[in-house]
Amino acid sequence: MVNTLHTKQDIFNILSFIPDPEIPVVSIKEMGMLRDVVLTDKGCEVIITPTYTGCPAMGMIEDDIKRVLKENGVSSVNVKLVYAPAWTTDWMTTEAKEKMRKYGIAPPTSSACNKLTSFSKNNLIKCPRCNSTHTELISMFGSTACKALYKCDSCKEPFEYFKCH
Amino acid sequence: MKKQEAIYNYALRLGDNSLVLGHRLAELCSKGPILEEDLALTNMALDHIGRAQAFLNYAAQVEAKNKTADDLAYKRGERSFYNNLIMELPDKDFASTIARQLIVSTFEYFLYTELMKSKDETIAAISAKAVKEVRYHLAHSSDWTCRLGEGTDLSHEKMQRAFNDVWMFTDELFEMNEVDEVLIKEGIAIDLNSIKPLWFNHVKEVIEEATLKLPETGYMQTGGRKGIHTEYLGHILSEMQYLQRAYPTAQW
Repeated sequence: MVNTLHTKQDIFNILSFIPDPEIPVVSIKEMGMLRDVVLTDKGCEVIITPTYTGCPAMGMIEDDIKRVLKENGVSSVNVKLVYAPAWTTDWMTTEAKEKMRKYGIAPPTSSACNKLTSFSKNNLIKCPRCNSTHTELISMFGSTACKALYKCDSCKEPFEYFKCH
Repeated sequence: MKKQEAIYNYALRLGDNSLVLGHRLAELCSKGPILEEDLALTNMALDHIGRAQAFLNYAAQVEAKNKTADDLAYKRGERSFYNNLIMELPDKDFASTIARQLIVSTFEYFLYTELMKSKDETIAAISAKAVKEVRYHLAHSSDWTCRLGEGTDLSHEKMQRAFNDVWMFTDELFEMNEVDEVLIKEGIAIDLNSIKPLWFNHVKEVIEEATLKLPETGYMQTGGRKGIHTEYLGHILSEMQYLQRAYPTAQW
């Protein structure tokens, strides 16, 4: 009833501009956190998934979704948080990874990361500034749970790496 | 015991383990030995609290008494918490934190890897997310155990003492009761005996790589499954629950 003016695709398009609160150069859609939009007779349900279970940005994302849709004339919005299928960095688009690199964060490498191996010994991470592979892990945990701290031995700059997940 | 009651208890147990350890790790905020470790420990606290929220939400939903995850976290008394005792132990020094983290993250890694196959969809989904996070916790504690074990004489001695002290709390992780019995039959819970050798082998491997000695197995502590705790849990709860007890339904 409320959403006769908006198709599912319209709503997706509106939501695709919402930035990730922690990495504002990429959107929640590019990050793979926006999973689905379901139109019901009661309104519209937006399905999102957290990157990490304790991701503190989820509350903000939910508020952003409701606010942006309201501004565009969509009311009766319900935001649903789902855990399955578990979010993976594989869902990030190539464009998103490139935007992230330009922003100064080394994007996640391959998806073959679900192994029980020591983190520091098995990773070759490129510096997002100078592309050098002479980089060194400082800490597995950075300013947020999804990032690790590195330093580049070529350009001497510290940088963050978005861990593959 | 009915299936629904067993699922409630099982979700509560997983949630309590995450909540209490998450709280302990959060207490280390601003007390890390170096800035990077401060960030690491609090990031891990966040993973645990997020997981606790997911499991306690589910427990509240299964119980169907119109409660929320917050009600379960902030309004239950000590005797109604079912976490393992190791989660509530205080952090005496950085070595004690790392020893506990190695033991617990190895346990969680194998536990959640198996629980991903649970026939309960919610438990399987939360476990699939948890295992990705725990992998980093495990790499972190394994690396630190080796660094401190192979470090100076003092760091070696402190690391060894930390493992010796915590060892009596390891058996309890694998204790099972009626809840497990009901849920194993349903394909929802796992037989903890099946992951005990995997846990033991990994912990042993890391301890030996760190040039430390595997502690001797003697008396083992027990009680968490029955809600009987160490003296430390009461103090944790008095801090954690203070606000909701003093100002019920307060929000921010």
